[in-house]
Amino acid sequence: MNIEHLITMANQIGTFFSAYPDRELAKNEIVSHIKRFWAHNMRQQLVSHVNDKQGQGLDAIVTDAVRQHVGQLV
Amino acid sequence: MEHQKDYGTPASHSDQQVTLNIDGTDVTVPAGTSIMHAAMVAGVSVPKLCATDSLDPFGSCRLCLVEIEGRRGYPASCTTPVDNGLKVRTQSPKLADIRRGVMELYISDHPLDCLTCAANGDCELQDMAGAVGLREVRYGYEGENHLRAEKDTSNPYFTFDPSKCIVCSRCVRACEETQGTFALTIQGRGFESKVASGVNNFLESECVSCGACVQACPTATLMEKSVIQHGQPEHSVTTTCAYCGVGCSFNAEMKGEELIRMVPNKDGGANHGHSCVKGRFAWGYATHKDRITKPMIRKSISDPWTEVSWDEAISYAASEIQRIQGKYGKESVGAITSSRCTNEEVYVVQKLVRAVFGSNNVDTCARVCHSPTGYGLKQTLGESAGTQTFDSVMKSDVIMVIGANPTDGHPVFGSQMKRRLREGAKLIVADPRAIDLVSSPHVKADHHLKLRPGTNVALISAMAHVVVTEGLVDEAFVKARCEWDSFVMWRDFVAKPENSPEALESELGIKAAEVRAAARLFATGGNAAIYYGLGVTEHSQGSTTVMGIANLAMATGNIGREGVGVNPLRGQNNVQGSCDMGSMPHEFTGYRHVSDDATRALFESAWGRPLSADPGLRIPNMLDQAIEGSFKALYCNGEDIAQSDPDTQHVTHALESMECVIVQDLFLNETAMYAHVFLPGASFLEKTGTFTNAERRISPVRRVMTPKNGYEDWEITAKLSTALGYPMHYKHASDILDEIAALTPTFSGVSFKKLDELGSVQWPCTEEFPNGTPTMHIDEFVRGKGKFFITQYVPTTEKVNAKYPLILTTGRILSQYNVGAQTRRTENVAWHPEDMVEIHPHDAEDRGISEGDWVGIASRAGETVLRAKITERVQPGVIYTTFHHPESGANVITTDNSDWATNCPEFKVTAVQVTRVSQLSDWQRSYRQFSEEQIAFAQNTAKEARIE
Repeated sequence: MNIEHLITMANQIGTFFSAYPDRELAKNEIVSHIKRFWAHNMRQQLVSHVNDKQGQGLDAIVTDAVRQHVGQLV
Repeated sequence: MEHQKDYGTPASHSDQQVTLNIDGTDVTVPAGTSIMHAAMVAGVSVPKLCATDSLDPFGSCRLCLVEIEGRRGYPASCTTPVDNGLKVRTQSPKLADIRRGVMELYISDHPLDCLTCAANGDCELQDMAGAVGLREVRYGYEGENHLRAEKDTSNPYFTFDPSKCIVCSRCVRACEETQGTFALTIQGRGFESKVASGVNNFLESECVSCGACVQACPTATLMEKSVIQHGQPEHSVTTTCAYCGVGCSFNAEMKGEELIRMVPNKDGGANHGHSCVKGRFAWGYATHKDRITKPMIRKSISDPWTEVSWDEAISYAASEIQRIQGKYGKESVGAITSSRCTNEEVYVVQKLVRAVFGSNNVDTCARVCHSPTGYGLKQTLGESAGTQTFDSVMKSDVIMVIGANPTDGHPVFGSQMKRRLREGAKLIVADPRAIDLVSSPHVKADHHLKLRPGTNVALISAMAHVVVTEGLVDEAFVKARCEWDSFVMWRDFVAKPENSPEALESELGIKAAEVRAAARLFATGGNAAIYYGLGVTEHSQGSTTVMGIANLAMATGNIGREGVGVNPLRGQNNVQGSCDMGSMPHEFTGYRHVSDDATRALFESAWGRPLSADPGLRIPNMLDQAIEGSFKALYCNGEDIAQSDPDTQHVTHALESMECVIVQDLFLNETAMYAHVFLPGASFLEKTGTFTNAERRISPVRRVMTPKNGYEDWEITAKLSTALGYPMHYKHASDILDEIAALTPTFSGVSFKKLDELGSVQWPCTEEFPNGTPTMHIDEFVRGKGKFFITQYVPTTEKVNAKYPLILTTGRILSQYNVGAQTRRTENVAWHPEDMVEIHPHDAEDRGISEGDWVGIASRAGETVLRAKITERVQPGVIYTTFHHPESGANVITTDNSDWATNCPEFKVTAVQVTRVSQLSDWQRSYRQFSEEQIAFAQNTAKEARIE
């Protein structure tokens, strides 16, 4: 799927949860949301983007969340 | 044919009982009941003309007079309340004499054409003449009369014949009390008095053609044209309307297999005998000549269609699905369900995808309307549904309507809401546009928060700021019912200065004092209820607003009883049901996630197939992956994504990219023009099943005529499943509902038998609540404790600039429904023949645009041309249009921006420029050519199969 779309979607999710005062909780929620609602190939593509392109275009909180909880997403 | 019993006056709901004697029979009724009503309860019919039980008593016709022992005179039984120990006589020589005298006067000014009158056999005047024993009219017929009064035939659905009018005022009162439009009046006095509908005629008047006046008329004065044409119906079947999410119950009155008229059911739990122009009259599409009734296939969308047998069509569709899955993998195929289909139909489609296609690639059209409701309410309250009944509004003291237009989108509920407002409830409207509720006869909003499109979250946060910082939180409720930690986090967030009305004033475009006043009213005005629609959900922060609304309701203790609550007004008839039925890619029926092992095991055991624990693709994901080449086939069941979904050119490109598109529908809709297999569907009049409305009310849909295509829609899906090697062994739609009940805890008590007994039932319907659950979250939330969420306002990325300086927002209109596939094929086009763009006079003047000019609307996604309607309903900087006509291309200009949580499109905010033009847009010209070609393909092929 178009990686730009996935980046936009992931950043939108990240923006919502980044309002949480607890950053660790926010990262958990970001990953949990993506796991619950994204198809497997979309999650796989996001993880690959973080691994291969250092998450270029992703907000820091999303990149961190994906790196930290990668096991939940693939 | 038996008509529903008319008690003459409304029922009283007093707890106090009163016993009286009527014609020798003791009868006990609630205090406040009229003698007329009590008599009907006792089985005694009192003659009447101006009374009917949907209207308050009026006491004008003088036919219902009775004698009461110990009282002088002859009181009207309709206006006289019962009292303990009364002894009432409804028949006596004196009463008979009075009644005959009254009838003589009526009949002396009435055409004596009973045998050729359309109401013959269904005329209360005729009945009363018989009941009172009228044998002569001593006054003769030569005097001054109204017999030559001109008949008004302007309304497409009914006529008004003043020569038959007895001026009983039932139509006028129905327009006021039932509908709340006040379009009719009695003009003149005495002999000159007559019913008037406005300056010229009904069509040009304020009349909204709801049919309440026709229903109330005791003569042939207001009469359905279908009855005039075909005569009186001979049997009736109770079923449920297939239009909006109100889910009105109707009696389909039939003559053999021909539908003569739809009459709103007085016992309908959602509508209580009321209707709107769509449900009451706009059913002609079911037999429209455009309907396709034979299956068709073709290899390519540039080929003409070939009409084939059902077996051949199903076999071809199945072989294509198998070929594509064999070549590209099982994830390359998916399906879309429709909120226009029954629960049973939706259920079998998602079962087909999960059990037979082997993926979770099923989504529903709620993706583009109320998916944020499902997400937001599940997160906060624990259940993806509204919390109340429609009737709950009658106990509301403050009504907040945000992003909804009930009088157009949900007209029968809109009328009920207006009734409550006329009784004195306060009204807050939050809408960029001046919807009718803001100011209409006897209804005026206390606060119209005319916010800028896209700022809902800021508004809700600002209101919450006032509640929190001015000590208006219902702390006892929050402490007892909600997660305290989540409340504290939310409270601290909304209390920040940046969330104050003052800080957000310029962003919202609303004076801070107005927001503060509205928030105070909401928090302190008594029972406060929030009603919202797509103006909330169809934004990039749609889910955030839904959660914000739930936060506000919890913080003020406005949830868990009648009169309060969070009430999503669902656009289509079965939005709630299609979501309940597991047609989202991440969940089974009853909103249980596909990754839940116990739930998945339950379905695997029942269906005998392994099921995927991974969420499937949403509609926009399917479209994106089609363009990229990995999603190759779509089974589109009753939905029209090429018209209803955003960024039309993106959608059609995706459809063109697929190798097999299977469309099941009544008509060659916009999506079907890109299809390779067309499976003709059945109309709601031709099928059996259930719809679930916006108040979780499951109502029966009953077949009143044979499907013109040969099969009900669930049968077609079952055939496809069988062809794919997985027979579905249902014999009747009730078998499907039984399976749903067996696998879904909230539906465990639902069955066709239960619906036959109760008429309808609101889920959860379980062993514990066998008669359903009208109000949710009474003692505790479904999730246990209510959970507050931080709702940070994030402005949309769809920004205005010098190139696109205006914001386009979209909506609906009363007479048309959704993509218009149904209503455009009815006489409703008389009210809305085309979509127009509303523009403020200042913006129009700046651009040299006059009323009716063609204007080009350009956005970052595309361009279209519509005619201009200049109005102050919209604010400067904002334009508005509807999307009921495909050639309008409203969604050519909407973008692929979407809600962060659900991908619900941001239909409500598109940055545009508007200019005066002289010709259609490039898209419109190419659309017209393509559309004509596709229609010709179908016409040339399927000509002999059409309904003549």
